[in-house]
Amino acid sequence: MQELSQQAFREEADELLRELEDSLLELEEQPENMDVIGKVFRAMHTLKGSGAMFGFTEIATFTHEVETVFDLVRNNELAVTKHLVDLSLQARDYITLLLNLENDQKNPEQATGEALIEQFKKMYTPNATATVIKSTNTPPPSTNIGQLKTYRIQFKPHLDILHNGTNIASVLNELSSLGTCHTVAHRANLLPLDQVEPENCYVCWDSILTTSADDDAIRDVFIFVEDNCDLSITQLDTNNPDKDQHRLGNILIERGEVTQQDIDDVLAKSKKIGELLVDANLINPDQVESALAEQQEVRKLKEKKHTKSNSSNSLRVPAERLDELVNLVGEMVTVQSRLSQTAKQYRIPELQGIAEEVERLTEELRDNTLNIRMVQIGTTFSKFKRLVRDISDNLNKQVELLTVGAETELDKTVIDQLNDPLIHIIRNSMDHGIEMPKQRLAAGKPERGSVTLRAEQSGDSVLIEIQDDGKGLDAKVIREKAINKGLITKDEDLSDQEIFALIFAPGFSTAQQVTGLSGRGVGMDVVKRAIEALSGSIALDSQLGKGTTVQLRIPLTLAIIESLLVEIGEGHFVLPLSNVEECIELTGQAVQEARGGHLVHVRGELIPYIPLRQTFSIAGNLPEIQQVVITNINGQRLGFVVDSVIGEHQTVIKSLGPVYRDEPISVSGATILGDGNVALILDIPQLMQQQQYPAIA
Amino acid sequence: MSQQIDETPHQLLTFILCNEMFALEISSVREVLDNVKITSVPQSPEHLCGVINLRGSVVPVIEMRKKFGLDNTTSDESCIIILEVEFDEELALVGALTDSVCEVIDLPASDIKPAPRIGTTLNTDYIYGMGSHNDQFITLLNINKIFSNTPHDSESSCPPTNNEQGNTDVAP
Repeated sequence: MQELSQQAFREEADELLRELEDSLLELEEQPENMDVIGKVFRAMHTLKGSGAMFGFTEIATFTHEVETVFDLVRNNELAVTKHLVDLSLQARDYITLLLNLENDQKNPEQATGEALIEQFKKMYTPNATATVIKSTNTPPPSTNIGQLKTYRIQFKPHLDILHNGTNIASVLNELSSLGTCHTVAHRANLLPLDQVEPENCYVCWDSILTTSADDDAIRDVFIFVEDNCDLSITQLDTNNPDKDQHRLGNILIERGEVTQQDIDDVLAKSKKIGELLVDANLINPDQVESALAEQQEVRKLKEKKHTKSNSSNSLRVPAERLDELVNLVGEMVTVQSRLSQTAKQYRIPELQGIAEEVERLTEELRDNTLNIRMVQIGTTFSKFKRLVRDISDNLNKQVELLTVGAETELDKTVIDQLNDPLIHIIRNSMDHGIEMPKQRLAAGKPERGSVTLRAEQSGDSVLIEIQDDGKGLDAKVIREKAINKGLITKDEDLSDQEIFALIFAPGFSTAQQVTGLSGRGVGMDVVKRAIEALSGSIALDSQLGKGTTVQLRIPLTLAIIESLLVEIGEGHFVLPLSNVEECIELTGQAVQEARGGHLVHVRGELIPYIPLRQTFSIAGNLPEIQQVVITNINGQRLGFVVDSVIGEHQTVIKSLGPVYRDEPISVSGATILGDGNVALILDIPQLMQQQQYPAIA
Repeated sequence: MSQQIDETPHQLLTFILCNEMFALEISSVREVLDNVKITSVPQSPEHLCGVINLRGSVVPVIEMRKKFGLDNTTSDESCIIILEVEFDEELALVGALTDSVCEVIDLPASDIKPAPRIGTTLNTDYIYGMGSHNDQFITLLNINKIFSNTPHDSESSCPPTNNEQGNTDVAP
């Protein structure tokens, strides 16, 4: 049991630490933002509290020191400095380390922890020089104490709040200890005695609290019950008693004595306040109009906030369980296609009906299951904020990371595997792309460089762009280097695009000097391989002096894809449907007319094609009419000649296994068809490359 | 510890390739299949003859004759031994296409002699040792060497070392 709850704590803490990192980085940009300071403090507070509860004493003691410092910050006694953010980030890393220690494992970084504690202690010991007291123009905290504020706290515990041993009385007592408190219990939900479950809580409480504490302090009281109740804390504006919180109607509704409907009915009989005022010639209708607009805007904002807080109704599930589910669904899809095939063979209407039903259900099941695994790419993006910050310091460059489309969703396994390639690309951009501040100023650019991460969904793939405003790629330099390395010959005539593509060749690196970050010459070819392992593609565009853009196209999921099933001889192949544009016929006559050229006319455009039967050395006679499947990758179109097109197919992707890992084949995986045969998944980018650079392939 | 294992007999699965008898440690054998349709993978080396559907998983098959360079013809009858092999520290299933599978035998460790340096057509790295059973010579194969991705590396000429099955050095 203890272990289970420790695991739960680890997961929760993990999330808290991630949020903490984001908040700290945000704080660095806006050191005065009280909301962010509050967030940091609460994260520390929760870590300390639940850490101690689950036996992570080391975390609790350590976090206590950090919390103390942020308490001072929160009370305006200490200013946020870069030093503090630096220290706090280190502290965060240290807590992460503590969290991942096994129960009886010895802490290898004890000294680091002690040094950090020492530093934090210095900050709140008044004599220490490291302390930075905020300048005098902000009011000292003591004046705040005199200002009493009134809050309305609506505390509606969930029915099951008592199940985990929460003591509501002590929570309410703690609340009333903050100031003058008037609490009313609402018993409207109480059931008749014979229906009452003694372990359920049917009562909710409204408190009016007048206190010098701020709403964070009030929220802290509820910190351990927050997940088990609906809590709303509103500051009542006592200076302005006319405001709507104090309207009699509202209070009555709140107390449950009348409903909104009753009030509306009564109000509908009388004139609206605006009309009354206009009638009395006190204001003109325009003014009313604008005031109403404002009112509506505020309402909308409130609604938004409301839905946001409600959406946190989620469940935490270990990733392995989901993987298992996805595997099972994969098997299900395979069995279902076998069923459909069998049903077709026997031609029994009842069986066919069932098969169709199963097909529909399986499809829905598949989509839903895959959806569960979808994760917003923002979690990865925010990790890079820290990376960019650390690298900028390291390189003495000023770089800012901008992100667009953080809400774009991708399969969790895909996101995990994207991490390393993205890190590599960002490092490259910062190391080779962005210039030193002086050079940037000389080139008429802002001192601070920027790297933009952009994600957007496009069909069943996601486009990710990494764009920097650095010095761009110099085609001449790359060309020279490629010649030196023997990748191309001197007299090869290549377009800039083709030259840029050479960066992805193994062993290519333009850095003059090997740095700790990049420049070991394992960069971009490794990135390219990683992206291709995800069945994605990578493209690069650059303008000298303006910057470089790397574009990745990644499939939404790796488990199951829609594809087109084709036949060559006795072999079956599938092409990812997302890459397929159309299928056209290729007659023997057309082949003869082309006189050996592998080009096909599609509505006036000439598209090159690959005769797969020849490329794959499959024996047998060509059919009279072949089919050309036209595919499109990164705007490049290429046709594949096959014997016949069978149709769409739900492809559950299986790997070919490690034996084939290093073989230069243009098959990226396999799938099992309804009749038990194996179909191979064509690696279209690879085939395209073989067509472009037959020498390299 | 190593002494003890030395005395326990090796359990081996024997099979035929080009009229020669070979053997594999039984512990790495998962199952033996007959008459399975192999889907060939284009553009792959000759000895990788394709993949099969093993109850829903895709398993690659290696043609042992071609892997060993014994004969370029494919035998009429064939049998696939499904093996569990270690690749870069992960276990994977691989099928070995052989002419036919014979039997499971117990061979005392003392009957296993080190591989001869000369006189075999095989890469000596693949050979764990030589034994005999019913007056027939058997070549014992070191499967983790055969299927690992380093192709035909003959730089190491030292005797076979311990492998994952707990085998120890061959008795002199």
